[in-house]
Parts: sequence; C-alpha cells; structure tokens
Amino acid sequence: MNAPFPPPPSQEGGDGGSQAMPAPYHDGLPSGRPSGKTMKERLVQLEVLRYNPDTDTEAHFQRYEVMCQEEWVVLDALNKVKESIDPTLNYRWSCHMAVCGSCGMMINGEPKLSCHSFLRDYEGVIRVEPLTHFPVERDLVTAPDDFMEKLKRVKPYVITKQKKPIEAGEYKQTPAQLMKFRQYSMCINCMLCYAACPEYGLTPHFVGPAALTLAHRYNLDSRDEGRRERMEVVATREGVWECTFVGACSEVCPAQVDPASALQQLKIVGSIDWIVEHLLPGGKP
Amino acid sequence: MSRRPLIRELPPTRWFLRHPRYLRYMAREVTSLFVGAYCVLLVIAMQRLSAGPVAWQEFLVALRSPASLVFHLAAMAAAFYHAGTWFNATQKAMPLQIGEDFVPGAYISGAHYLVWAVLSLVVLFVAGVI
Repeated sequence: MNAPFPPPPSQEGGDGGSQAMPAPYHDGLPSGRPSGKTMKERLVQLEVLRYNPDTDTEAHFQRYEVMCQEEWVVLDALNKVKESIDPTLNYRWSCHMAVCGSCGMMINGEPKLSCHSFLRDYEGVIRVEPLTHFPVERDLVTAPDDFMEKLKRVKPYVITKQKKPIEAGEYKQTPAQLMKFRQYSMCINCMLCYAACPEYGLTPHFVGPAALTLAHRYNLDSRDEGRRERMEVVATREGVWECTFVGACSEVCPAQVDPASALQQLKIVGSIDWIVEHLLPGGKP
Repeated sequence: MSRRPLIRELPPTRWFLRHPRYLRYMAREVTSLFVGAYCVLLVIAMQRLSAGPVAWQEFLVALRSPASLVFHLAAMAAAFYHAGTWFNATQKAMPLQIGEDFVPGAYISGAHYLVWAVLSLVVLFVAGVI
C-alpha cells in the first residue's frame, strides 16, 4: 500500500504527469454562492488525491473543474466540488479563518492551510494532497494519532510542585515574562511543520517541531516548574537531537511560531543541563 | 470494517529534490565536508612541520599546485557559505530580550559577522599579510 510521492504539476498547467486519469468532473454551473455583480469568476482545475481505505489498495488523482470566484481560497473550491460535483470527497475543515488548524493539506506540494491559500495565487491545475508523513485515512483526511501521542509526552501544560489554593490569588506574570514565550504559544496544532520536516518523514520516532516547541513554551513560562520532566523527553535522541535544523518547519508555519528557533534554543538548554550534570561537581540541571 | 490507512513513504534518496529549501539545506550540509577536509589538511601540515624543514618545504610546494589552489578556493567558498548559515542561525538560537521587546534578529547575526570580520583581520595582521 505504499505509494511514492508524485511530482507536483507545473504552474503553467498540464495533467501533472503521465498517470491515467478519468475525464474531469465539471459542475457546468455558475457559482452557487451569493456573489456581488463585480466579482470575477474563474474555472479552477483541481487534481485531488483520492483514497478509499475500504476498497482501494493505492491512491489515485481525480480531476475536477469548478467555477470559483477569484477571491476564494482552495477550501472554498473543495467545498464547491463537494456541494455540486462529488459528495464523496473527504477532507477536514472547521473555522475557515486559519485558527483551528484542521484544513492542512499539500497544495502543489507545499504544506498549507487550504483556508489560507488563495486561488489567485495559483495558475493552471492545483494539485491537492493529504499532508505528507501521516497515514491517509481517506482522501485528504490524515490520521494525527502519532502527533497527538507525542504532544502528550512533552506535557504541554503548566506544572507546579504545589497547588495554590484559590484564596491565594492568581498566578501573576509581567508583560516581559509573557513575551518570553508568547510567540510559541500561538501554535494551532495544524501539523504543517510535520509535513514539511524531512527528519520526521525519514525517522518517524522524532518527537517533531510542534510538540517540542510547545515543550519550550511551557519551559519558558514563569509559572511553570515542570522543565525537568519535559527535558527527559526533549533532550534525547528522538527529541531535539534528531533535529538537524532544516528550518522548513518555520517556513511553512501559518502562525509565525518559528519552531526552528525553539528547537535550537532547546539544544542549548539541553547542552547546558548536560554540562552542569556531568562536568560540575554535585551539579543538577 | 477493516481500515487500511495509506502509508506514503518519503523517497530516502530523493526527498531533497521536492523543494528548493531542501536543496539549500543539503548544500549547507555538503559544505561541512570541505570544512572537515581543510581541518585534515591542517593536521597534515602540523605533521609535516614536525617532520623537519625538508618535509615542510615539500609540503609548501604541494600547496602551490593547481589542484591545491582549486581545493583552497572551493574550501573557502564552502566555509563562507557555511559560516553564513551559522551566523544567520544565531538569531534563532540566541534571542536577546530587553524588557518586553526582543532585539531584532539582524542585530544578533550582524554582531557575529562583525566579530568574524574583526578576528579575520587580526589573524591576517598577525600572519603578516596586512
């Protein structure tokens, strides 16, 4: 059931390779969505990877042609296909505003949120595939189980040694303390960084960019006392030391979290911990 | 119902052809081979030096050969590229927070480039080149 990665289609159009493909479905109708009179429409060609786990042994591409408004995003085009051409097409989405992180897909070979990928930025056939490096459940739906398990392992929550009673008041934090980790708290768990990271693709035991970044986010939190627990997962071979700083995670991140920076900082923290523990007498990180 | 999720494997030897960013990464990794080779050359130089004046003179003559000059030019280009990627990474690895704000990353990388240039000039001065 292994399928190689096909090359993305050229920006000038074409059928994206020599694979035999059925004739494209065409809705033949103008857009069914409400639109202003000045809005331009355009015939968009989508080449979508299809896979049915109950009947298929291999994935195949299905071509759709659908009338779209120029300012739509790829997700709108998929919704139009599902509404008017092919209700069997499966994909995830929810917020349509780059917040929920559900609609991550490979669009012309690049990990993208489909709700944040404007049709006007694409020419020719747009190839849509499920996120790479994850098992494909059906069509564009991937199984995030591995990421969820790794996320749990890094304990992405504030850990305190002693619980304060409510009467003791809130945990106060200065704006400077907040800014120390705020960037890393913006992760929306969309998994685009995992799809971009070749280390994760080649060595699946790698904890990966988003989970490690969230570990760093809580390590930097002034309210947290769980750094040692997290570093047992982070400062390991399958943790941060599997990262070779390709930097692709930061390039594709739709929330400007910059996971690559978090991982490099974790390497420094892990190294200092090791020196303190092994080279200083009585040292404890 | 039996579910058979599709596993799409990454081609182990061609994955970096997928996007220019992966080619840039591989270029950075390849430059480290030149840096490593130059370190080996320095070790050989020390060995030749300890072997006596005749061996040292032969080594100096070998350094002036066309193949040696090509290697040095290639190693220097690779070292520049490698150092550039390293200094550009410093702003990610060593952010500097002052109050609520972070010092712009370009300042951190720029400071490293500046120190690199100054140290290089010092080395050239000590070596009597300038």
